[in-house]
Amino acid sequence: MRRVGIEVAVAIAEAAALAGVEVISAYPITPQTHIVEHLAELVANGELDAEFITVESEHTAMSAALGASLTGARAFTSTSSQGLALMNEIVYITSSMRAPVVMALANRALSAPISIWNDHSDVMNERDTGWISIFANNGQEAYDLTFMAFKIGEDPEVLLPVMVNFDGFILTHVIEPIWMFEKEEVEGFIPPYEPPYRLDPGRPVTMGPVGLPDVYTEVKKQQEEAIRGSRKVIDRVWREFEENFGRRYRAVEEYRAEDAEVVLLTQGSVTEAAQVVVDEMRGRGKRWGVVELRLWRPFPFGDLREVLCNGRVKCVVVLDRAISFGGPLGIVMSEVRSALYHEAERPMVVGVTAGLGGRDIRFEDYVRMFEVGEESYREGKEPEEVIIVGLRE
Amino acid sequence: MRLKERPSWKELLPGCIIDEPGNSENYKTGDWKTLRPVVDKRKCIKCGTCWIFCPEYAYEEDEYGYFNPNYDYCKGCGICAVECPARCITMEREEE
Repeated sequence: MRRVGIEVAVAIAEAAALAGVEVISAYPITPQTHIVEHLAELVANGELDAEFITVESEHTAMSAALGASLTGARAFTSTSSQGLALMNEIVYITSSMRAPVVMALANRALSAPISIWNDHSDVMNERDTGWISIFANNGQEAYDLTFMAFKIGEDPEVLLPVMVNFDGFILTHVIEPIWMFEKEEVEGFIPPYEPPYRLDPGRPVTMGPVGLPDVYTEVKKQQEEAIRGSRKVIDRVWREFEENFGRRYRAVEEYRAEDAEVVLLTQGSVTEAAQVVVDEMRGRGKRWGVVELRLWRPFPFGDLREVLCNGRVKCVVVLDRAISFGGPLGIVMSEVRSALYHEAERPMVVGVTAGLGGRDIRFEDYVRMFEVGEESYREGKEPEEVIIVGLRE
Repeated sequence: MRLKERPSWKELLPGCIIDEPGNSENYKTGDWKTLRPVVDKRKCIKCGTCWIFCPEYAYEEDEYGYFNPNYDYCKGCGICAVECPARCITMEREEE
């Protein structure tokens, strides 16, 4: 392992190459472009023995990745925002056909108005597509999680696509010191992909048939069981990685949360910023902490309850980076609230939204979020509406 | 087959894969039709236009070179009757 100063997007491409990806099918889109650009370079230079399929749109990028995966190839794609929205149809089909494609998703806001900058509206729009979905909060995590995603998705007990989320620009375009592997170091960590069935003229099967009303329900139940069951494989792969390489990953990560009264629940790169705020404010007597929801799908119900329903946490402030219009506003907030609903000793759940379309979340914005939690607790009432922090009235 | 006799979710192959090629033959769609093509062999010129155009591959050639619709699969769309250059196919209402 060598510690290299490298642009995170390039490191993510290296992670896919390290995993031995065989087919790359992707279309460039800001802020993801450097990932496919670097992979194209590796293939063109003969450094990576893979097919790079140049396509005319993201819809085709996803379709070709799906087709490649169904032949038994290790397939990878990468996109952002509008690209993911255009893929949507095939995103759903890929998980439903149980094809373990890995997608590196550089999170970016959805249009309109056109925004190339970061928020989570792209991934939240795909929430119910049946992919395993994981958030990285820095470049090292994006590198490690992309590498491990292949091992998770291709596991015979899983056979599901995996989406690795990392914030556009904030992570993709930053040069970070990243511990990078040499090929020999990870030899054997990801076994060859052995699908139970593949597109093979010598042994024909039908994939993606019509499912009449007498079978569709059962297919969906099977898919739901698969993603729920993937949790033990995810834990196993992350544990194996930790044992071999020393870096630890958990579905729900805590930072100074064990004695915190108010915790901010985060996803992605805001996690580390919030940690800095907590460190500073602890010095000023605030018992605040951070809980990071790294694993988004399958949703880690048990872990979350364990961390939040300990009687000490009075209020959890959930930071959403996207809006569910006309609904609960906060998508993650409503899921967290729903997950804790049956708990006798549950904290208040307060929703805040910030950092939409690339707006910076400043130190005082984080402080405001924690304070909203404190106020709610003091008044004994969860605000009915999600508070948009930093909004001009 | 009745609904409860169909496979459970535990028995289905992942992703609804069908590992028995050609088993759509077991699924007879002939009862969908309200009109059936009837071939008048006196006018038929054995050109095979019906066989070419049939979207269900329901026409089969017999030992005398005539093309006959297989009513187990014919859905009664009537394309054959429209395309037949000899006008030997008529669409007749199915019995109640």
